[in-house]
Amino acid sequence: MTRDNGLLSPEEAARLVAAKMAERNKSERRFRFLGRAAIAIALTFLVILMVSIFSKGIPGFFQHYVTLEVPLDREKLDPEGNLSVQSLYDGDARGTIRAALYAAVDASGRRDRKAAGKIISAGAEARLRRMIADNPRILGTTQEIRFAVDDDVDSFLRGFIKRETPQSERRIDDKMIGFIDQLAADGRISYELSDYLFFGSASRNAEMAGIYGAFIGSILTLSICLVLAFPVGVATAVYLEEIAPKNRITELIEININNLAAVPSVVFGILGLAIFIGVFGMPRSIPLVGGVVLSLMTLPTIIISSRAAIRAVPPSVRDAALGIGASKMQTIFHHVIPLAMPGMLTGTIIGMAQALGETAPLLMIGMVAFIVDVPGSVTDPGTVLPVQIFMWADFAERMFVQKTSAAIIVLLAFLVTMNAAAILIRKKLERRW
Amino acid sequence: MSTFYIAITVLIIGLAYFYSAQRSAQHLRQAQGSRLHSLPHYHGMFAALLATLPAYALLVTMAIGDDLVFDAMALEFVPADVRLAESFNEIIVLAQINNVVDGVNFGDQPEWVLNAAVAWGGWAETSANLTTILCLALALIGGMIGYRRINPEFRSRNAVERIVLVILASSSAIAILTTLGIVFSVIFESLRFFALVPISEFLFGTSWNPQFEGAERAGSGGGEAVYGSVPLFAGTLLISLVALSIAVPVGLFSAIYLSEYATSRVRSIVKPLMELLAGVPTVVYGFFAALTVAPFVRSTGLSLGLDVASESALAAGLVMGIMIIPFVSSLSDDVINAVPQSLRDAAYGLGSTKSEAIRQVVLPAALPGVVASVLLAVSRAVGETMIVVMAAGLAANLSMNPLDAVTTVTSQIVTILVGDQEFESAKTLSAFALALTLIAITLMLNLIALQIVKKYREQYD
Repeated sequence: MTRDNGLLSPEEAARLVAAKMAERNKSERRFRFLGRAAIAIALTFLVILMVSIFSKGIPGFFQHYVTLEVPLDREKLDPEGNLSVQSLYDGDARGTIRAALYAAVDASGRRDRKAAGKIISAGAEARLRRMIADNPRILGTTQEIRFAVDDDVDSFLRGFIKRETPQSERRIDDKMIGFIDQLAADGRISYELSDYLFFGSASRNAEMAGIYGAFIGSILTLSICLVLAFPVGVATAVYLEEIAPKNRITELIEININNLAAVPSVVFGILGLAIFIGVFGMPRSIPLVGGVVLSLMTLPTIIISSRAAIRAVPPSVRDAALGIGASKMQTIFHHVIPLAMPGMLTGTIIGMAQALGETAPLLMIGMVAFIVDVPGSVTDPGTVLPVQIFMWADFAERMFVQKTSAAIIVLLAFLVTMNAAAILIRKKLERRW
Repeated sequence: MSTFYIAITVLIIGLAYFYSAQRSAQHLRQAQGSRLHSLPHYHGMFAALLATLPAYALLVTMAIGDDLVFDAMALEFVPADVRLAESFNEIIVLAQINNVVDGVNFGDQPEWVLNAAVAWGGWAETSANLTTILCLALALIGGMIGYRRINPEFRSRNAVERIVLVILASSSAIAILTTLGIVFSVIFESLRFFALVPISEFLFGTSWNPQFEGAERAGSGGGEAVYGSVPLFAGTLLISLVALSIAVPVGLFSAIYLSEYATSRVRSIVKPLMELLAGVPTVVYGFFAALTVAPFVRSTGLSLGLDVASESALAAGLVMGIMIIPFVSSLSDDVINAVPQSLRDAAYGLGSTKSEAIRQVVLPAALPGVVASVLLAVSRAVGETMIVVMAAGLAANLSMNPLDAVTTVTSQIVTILVGDQEFESAKTLSAFALALTLIAITLMLNLIALQIVKKYREQYD
């Protein structure tokens, strides 16, 4: 029922609107539900990820140990009697530990002994030698010493290797199970916080593998990255914001920085491989090259956030400084940079967190090599935490899965701490003008 | 002295000059009562900069440059018959010599290699001594020149500021140098690759198999290496599509809900949680994909009667999608927040419900920004490496079925370049050609995203 001018009468229009209202409200609810569902999905993913990592990782912080009474015979362990590395190495640490183990489980025959010998980790001798070197007074006494059990035995104790499985299909035979039961019944087997995880280095034996070497490597790499990226990033930001004339070259630099921020990280690895290792002839696998590559990668992040921080310093501060006779550089270094510092630090910490979690470019420059020694300086070959995680993820042993997850938890803890520090600095020090 | 100790010594010399020059300027001021043009610490800084900067420049040049000179000198030792042989390769010869210098020996080396290695050791020692002497001398002389220039008229502040200006400007050049480095490091090797493999085969070939490269030469493999990159790009595309089909709807709807519906309390809790997803290292996602998601996808598929590869594109894409959600959501959130309130108010004034206002007014206004954020997410997905290396496998299947195993450009680059490479082989060089195309694609995506934002941005003031 239209009026002469083609419009509906008010009553008619209201009726039409009211008739459609129910459906429109329904679509409104549907839309809102979709939004809620999207957030729920995203958070569910987060929860699944965390639960999956933590449920595997928390047991990775622990492992099984067996406690043995070991009579430490001086002649046998330190034949030359001078406690030198060579002398201890020539000594029969292995035999001493084996003997203590055989005594504990009453292994007599050759086959018994062979089975019993597989219970203890191959790292036991190294541990005994180190104990003696650290404290020679224990020689000649009988000590209660904890040794890690072999990773297969550990898997058995955790229930991953089942008793019910036929003997031929599991990696521990019935004889070993008998010994393990005996040790457990004597209260010799304990489940404790793993010292190998925190103080051990790369190893093919899951029970001995640890993150210490990778952790030191990460610290060295990040130090190089910080030392290079922070000053250069801040200097670039200061130059672009405060000094550079607005011309083509400046524009070119700005476009460059934005593009670099979007370049995939693996490409920086290729840059490192081709230029630093290929052209400059630097060695592979060293934290120095890793740090340089990561610093180039984090530079855009630092520059962009530093520029934002400098821009947030009000012009009145600069005018006041210039007004009382400060030079341009004095204004920048005495006033602008100190005031922008919290923002710059926040950006730098976020950039460092990025660098700490980065893997792909470091694979390219060879930090993926199997290196047992802990790097002592930035020119010693080493690896970093994420790469260690990547390498461990490739090993099939069940225990490596748990150790990998434990290493991930350590890495995440550092990242969360760094990000929290960034937020704290921003909250505490940032000024609103 | 090692480079590190030279650097420390030069630093100490610089500090010593700083303090002595500063004190001398102070004395000058007190003793003569004369007015200095610059404050004493600028005189100190001037002397210290003159002492350290040239010495460090020399140190860096020597540290980087000496090997290059040695390379050229070592090649003089190569006898003519070896040099003219067809198998002659500079890089291999230099690696041979370097191994001997480092004490790593593989079998018996020919006489000239040993001679070159001995000579190399001598040069290295000479160069180290020369560097030590020159750097320290330069530091002492430079500092002395600065020190000698202290007098009331000397404008040391202006001089120091000029030096600082040069330092600031040159550090901003590093961004350009990095880009140049990236471009050159891939272009030259790519050109060498295209000399071996025609560019048309690389771009349009549908079969990728570099594995036979070494085998054929060793006489054990019968096949021929083929370098058609289409399966790699198809695989990258497939995994990215899976990722985007999760990340875009989830990210976009969360952004809409967070910016339009959520109370500030909900927002302040949910937003950081979403950003947590962005902070998780990619290697962790890769581990999650390989150990949790891939087996889950496979067993679910098998229970539904589907044939799922154990390294399916679906698993890798799914996890990549999770990783990208925060990129899409935070970028879209910014764009949606930038739409002025007056537009929403106008829509409400016309009687629209909240969702109608969002769908018909806010989203169209924010569309360019949303599209740009999606493009940036695509460029992330294409360049993502660890997830695909750990979860996507290496089989170069040309397939668009997400349940199949596919491989991607980045995972091939990593596989080829990690570990020991054969010098000059088409296989090694192919990684650089792949990297070149990867850079080109991501750069193009970013430029398009920027253009869209620039071109379609509405000015609402």
